[in-house]
Amino acid sequence: MFEKIFGAGDTNSLTMNKPHPDSLLDTGVQGVISRPIDRVDGPLKVSGTATYAAEYQLDGLAHGVLVGSTVGKGRIVSVDADAVLGMPGVIDVVTDFDTFLRNAQQGGETTAPTQGVRDVDYFGEIVAIVLAESFEEARAAAYALPIEYEKKEGQYAFQAHRTEGETPPDSVTPAKFTQGDIDQAMRDAAVTVDVTYVTPSQNSAAMEPHASIAVWNDDALTLYGAYQMPTSDAQQLAKSLGVSDKKVRIIARYIGGGFGSKLGIAPESVAAAVAAKKLGRPVKAVMARGQVFDATVRRSNTEQHMRLATDRNGRLTAIGHDSLTSNLPGEDYFEPVGIGTHLAYAGENRSITHQLVPLNLTLSGSMRAPGEAVGMIGLECAMDELAEKLGMDPIELRRINDPAVDPEKDVPFSSRALTQSLDKGAELFGWNKRNAMPGQRREGEWLIGMGVASAVRGNQLQQSAAGIEIRPDGTATVASAMTDIGTGSYTILAQIASEILGIPLDKITMKLGDTIDPPAAGSGGSWGAASAGSAVYLAAEQARKKLAAAMGVEEAELTLKDGYAIGDNRQVPIGELVGSGIEVTGEIKPGSQEKQTTQASFGCHFAEVGVNAVTGEVRVRRMLGVFAAGRVLNAKTARSQCLGGMTFGIGAALTEDLIHDQRTGKLVNRDLAEYHLPVNADVPQLEVHFIDERDIHANPIHAKGIGELGISGAAPAVVNAIYNACGVRVRDMPITCDKLLAGLPPM
Amino acid sequence: MHFTINGQRHEADVDLRTSLLDLCREHLGLTGSKKGCDHGQCGACTMLVNGRRINACLSLAVMHQDDEIVTIEGLGQVGNLHPLQDAFVRHDGYQCGYCTPGQICSAVGMLDEQKKGWPSYVSESLTDSELTDAEISERMSGNICRCAAYPNIVDAIREVAGKGDRQPVLEAAKEIGA
Repeated sequence: MFEKIFGAGDTNSLTMNKPHPDSLLDTGVQGVISRPIDRVDGPLKVSGTATYAAEYQLDGLAHGVLVGSTVGKGRIVSVDADAVLGMPGVIDVVTDFDTFLRNAQQGGETTAPTQGVRDVDYFGEIVAIVLAESFEEARAAAYALPIEYEKKEGQYAFQAHRTEGETPPDSVTPAKFTQGDIDQAMRDAAVTVDVTYVTPSQNSAAMEPHASIAVWNDDALTLYGAYQMPTSDAQQLAKSLGVSDKKVRIIARYIGGGFGSKLGIAPESVAAAVAAKKLGRPVKAVMARGQVFDATVRRSNTEQHMRLATDRNGRLTAIGHDSLTSNLPGEDYFEPVGIGTHLAYAGENRSITHQLVPLNLTLSGSMRAPGEAVGMIGLECAMDELAEKLGMDPIELRRINDPAVDPEKDVPFSSRALTQSLDKGAELFGWNKRNAMPGQRREGEWLIGMGVASAVRGNQLQQSAAGIEIRPDGTATVASAMTDIGTGSYTILAQIASEILGIPLDKITMKLGDTIDPPAAGSGGSWGAASAGSAVYLAAEQARKKLAAAMGVEEAELTLKDGYAIGDNRQVPIGELVGSGIEVTGEIKPGSQEKQTTQASFGCHFAEVGVNAVTGEVRVRRMLGVFAAGRVLNAKTARSQCLGGMTFGIGAALTEDLIHDQRTGKLVNRDLAEYHLPVNADVPQLEVHFIDERDIHANPIHAKGIGELGISGAAPAVVNAIYNACGVRVRDMPITCDKLLAGLPPM
Repeated sequence: MHFTINGQRHEADVDLRTSLLDLCREHLGLTGSKKGCDHGQCGACTMLVNGRRINACLSLAVMHQDDEIVTIEGLGQVGNLHPLQDAFVRHDGYQCGYCTPGQICSAVGMLDEQKKGWPSYVSESLTDSELTDAEISERMSGNICRCAAYPNIVDAIREVAGKGDRQPVLEAAKEIGA
């Protein structure tokens, strides 16, 4: 199937160099696009029959248990495999000091991550894998495996090393950006805010731990993995193992959540592959939960120096967002803290900079909305402080600083519904009931307050391809190396194909998460739906052309609905038009449109919290989000994405905090009892609203990413509500009881 | 040893250290129950043993020779879903699906506990609790969902318990003309 992936004739390729004002999704008559259709993979998931990485049943499977280092910095002197090889069931102990991954790879890279584990750079670095006939036997031997280390001095404490930050190379955002003279603007301003916000390291904590099953067939590797971006992950894996890209296939049909942690390959993949090669049998390596915390990715801690300046009327004259973040020595990924600040508000004089402090802690990398998720805490809380100083409503402050064009590049926004969403949210939430003076509303022991924050998330389009096959029986298959990590890809891609081709959803088979299918960018950066969706759109457009030709009508005269082609006063089953079947491929590429317009999704969050006047406990009582992200492809799955983002924001504001032992670098709270994710009782019935929008500059389906928009601004809405409730301004996340207690008003 | 799982008798030669969860996942090919933490902290492994919900990762297989064990595969199958499974699909009570089998088994056990009058931390009365949203949320808080489908999970359970149906997604759909 789809052998001619990029061949001529059957491939419909589009580079977004021009706006794409018309969309077949607006002219389709199948009536499925945007509708709140149940997930097509839903019955499999609720019945326990969707197959995740660790669940493939293979003959001769050896169980691997990974071994993490017990020093934060050092060198391995010896691994005493002989000490455990005699234990029951043990097959082998495999270490490869050169090939094993020091750390996970960042998403989208096509090279190997830093390799080599003789020198250990962080506590829990995966240094060996123990293989046995059963999981229990492998685990017992892994616990018993003696490894001797020469300990070295490491850098673990951010506070002690914060002055050693350096400017890293530019990434998705410039490391250092300045415009005008912010210092002068601060001196000249009528009103200023100059504060520092701090956020801790966080973990994506997807419910499915990282897992790989590696199977070699001669010199070709198949890896069943839990990966968000199989196409580039396969390239990373091939480079890590020193084999040709063509020799690696990744299968990731169901992924138990990712949130960034599964963008790039993680150490278990290479350990499983190396061990499988050595043993000559399939090897399964599943990370224990603690290992997911130790040895995959963390979101970096941040220190954010915020400076805002306005004239008397609240017009911003300066925005400063200068941040420090951390990463492993030699890694240049930095949390792009200021990425949302570039386009959030007007203001002549700007300084948005990032410095990176090397620390011997788990790799820092992408976690849901890298940049905005934590950067908007600094920006939107500082805006709240500014509004109070100005004596101005926080929504009014945002409204008057909502720029007409990109405040740095003088290009238009492709679409921007910030003020519109704030107005809509204010009305729906009852913002007019908020008392601007903090600490005024009280219900028994509870102090009640409301907060608001804007949501901004940059939009991206990534090169992606998809294939569609239509068979003579009128059924179709849509295939792509795109993934569904819970985002709804299976469903929305089927809806796009169904809408354009008029083939009912139940006649469409979806095939995702396999690198033998057309390459795709996968799930990351909220680009998945727009990128793979556009590829499916283009493939369907190509198939539609063929159907029109077979009908003998102009494309514009062709209607496709319920399995029939209708035109020229004839109605013909689609299957009868495809001969022995047709196969087409669509491919989308980003183009100059992303330079000619600034593309982002916008929205806002409103939160109402109760702060217990006795204990300092915070409860989120209500939360409402309004989101504008181009066309919503499925109201049900899009809403769920927003619920998820908003809840991540509750966690960031109130509970999530990776704590490292400052002497050893050991992560203290490396489990789900001590790293506090929001649970059901922490989350009220959140409200999600959309603004109907089309973005003709983004792609032919006019949709933008939504999964990360929902987290952007969610935490600061909660933080601002806490201040409004009790008058205590906490600038150090998360806001736990101890940080509020001392400042609470008397009972 | 022999085990009765989903009404079927299974023979397995298990290690003393094998958890009930690993018995199902690694020995019997019943991979519907998930391993999220292996420490009883996330609830993804929730099964019903003699009608009560337990974290199967915290229980050794050898303790369950004579027990009636029900996993997600036994509750319902594609084409013949249990009412809660069906409600989870309609209310989108999941995203990635990894915590879902545990959520659903937990909900089955939870509704039975509530019906029997067992109180929870938020119950007003120790003997007679109404199944409010707060009760559902509290009683389901042993099952973590990082995708955070919590509001939808509550909607699904409330509907199946006959305590009222809410369809907030229809409002959201209306806003975009869908």
